Amino acid sequence: MAGHKKIDEVTGVETTGHVWDGDLCELNKPLPKWWLYVFYACCVWAFGYWMVYPAWPTLTGYTQGYFGYSQRAAVTAEINAAKAAQDTYRQAIANTPITEVKGKEDLLQFALAGGAAAFGDNCSGCHGRGAQGAVGYPNLNDDDWIWGGTLEQIEGTIAHGIRNGADEARNSAMPRFGLDGVLEPAAISDVANYVRSISGAEQVDTVAAERGKATYAEQCAACHGEDAKGNLEMGAPNLSDAIWLYGNSQEAVTQSIVTGRGGAMPAWAPRLDPVTVKMLAVYVHSLGGGK
Amino acid sequence: MNHGIFEKNSLILLIGILIVVSIGGIVQIAPLFMLSSTIEKVEGMRPYSPLEQAGRDIYVREGCYNCHSQMIRSLRDEVERYGHYSLAAESMYDHPFQWSSKRTGPDLARIGGKYSDAWHTDHMRAPKSVVPASIMPAYSWLETTPLDYTNIQDKLKTLQFIGVPYTDEMIAKAAADIEAQIAPDTPAAKELLARYPKAQVRKFDGQSPGEGVKPTELDALIAYLQMLGTLVDFTKFDASGPNLR
Repeated sequence: MAGHKKIDEVTGVETTGHVWDGDLCELNKPLPKWWLYVFYACCVWAFGYWMVYPAWPTLTGYTQGYFGYSQRAAVTAEINAAKAAQDTYRQAIANTPITEVKGKEDLLQFALAGGAAAFGDNCSGCHGRGAQGAVGYPNLNDDDWIWGGTLEQIEGTIAHGIRNGADEARNSAMPRFGLDGVLEPAAISDVANYVRSISGAEQVDTVAAERGKATYAEQCAACHGEDAKGNLEMGAPNLSDAIWLYGNSQEAVTQSIVTGRGGAMPAWAPRLDPVTVKMLAVYVHSLGGGK
Repeated sequence: MNHGIFEKNSLILLIGILIVVSIGGIVQIAPLFMLSSTIEKVEGMRPYSPLEQAGRDIYVREGCYNCHSQMIRSLRDEVERYGHYSLAAESMYDHPFQWSSKRTGPDLARIGGKYSDAWHTDHMRAPKSVVPASIMPAYSWLETTPLDYTNIQDKLKTLQFIGVPYTDEMIAKAAADIEAQIAPDTPAAKELLARYPKAQVRKFDGQSPGEGVKPTELDALIAYLQMLGTLVDFTKFDASGPNLR
């Protein structure tokens, strides 16, 4: 097939030199010149690229290139530059006691913005985009706090978390009154009615509630308090208000007493730097319910 | 330019194609097995515990990789959102790796410890209950499906065969280790922790642990998710030197 190039007699155009069946040729239609030169330019560009950027593998390494470019060094430099740009404020926040951040307008604005950004990345999964919470995950907009709503308490909760197994974490365990057989089902139903009655829930069986009063004093008051106002030290929620982490239906309260509740929160000190934790605390405190 | 020999002999053409194509492969693939920066070692990596491995198999079975990546790229926004960029060595015991290339959901390379077990349980049961804007489907059957780990020994043996450093002891104790990882404060759990440092031992799906309690598929999946990205201590990681690239 391959043969010699010649000039086609009919058209006067050069052939490619391919011949089929002894005499069948094709005309040579070369690439447009502009295309060809762009192609050559790309080849030259590629050589330049190989010289300045990491390109070719060698036996144990690779050619580094004159620019010495490294993705890891680039991202580290970029992050450090961003940190340096914020350094004045970050340093100031680090050196200011958390209770005094609020008094300094520029620090407060910086902390609120930084806290809001970190909240979106790290906290909104459980507490919701607007910190509204969900069943089992506290609403952070109200002033009902399980482990305390002062700036220091919030900062401590964020840094070390709750019931996550770490030594510094806030820890407590509600007994499993039903599963461990501490209370009979009937008694649980009674005390659930009583607990619901003190918070003004609807459809309470008042007779059962009256029966449950003694059981409450005996079993629940130690943590939740005689007056059911809760205990921040033990993370025992206030049972006398209308705010319920797991709902206040008879079923939900019964479930809480039977299985014992105890939500867990991760510790953030290992993941986030101390200034970010501080900014988060200021942000959460500002949401409306800070003490 | 006499290429008639290729055009007239299909076998020679085939061999020619193989030679040309393999040049591309040799240049692009072969060095990756030798470059110090791609076969870097990092302290802390260990093979998956049997329960984590079983969870990983569920992750693959359910196609989680279709929407979730496990690869934090070295870009500032990713590092700030997800944590330290992923290292090649962090996938060294993954067969196949779960880097993925599409994120409908967030990256999961460092999801371990970010949420509580209860959150994962709620989220698998009904994703919208905790993330209202989520479009993730529910995987509610996982918590009611007992984990089938009858073939866990064979799985570990296969992984050992392709280079994961499971010891014969690890393989022999595979099934026992699965049960041990959901039974905190038992001698078996202590043994498991000696074999797999940093493994987390608890009943992950919110059910009560106890003697004879069998793991669910959700236990395995959450055990896997909760360890993702937690093995390497990045306060001790030196990004420069042989790792710099």
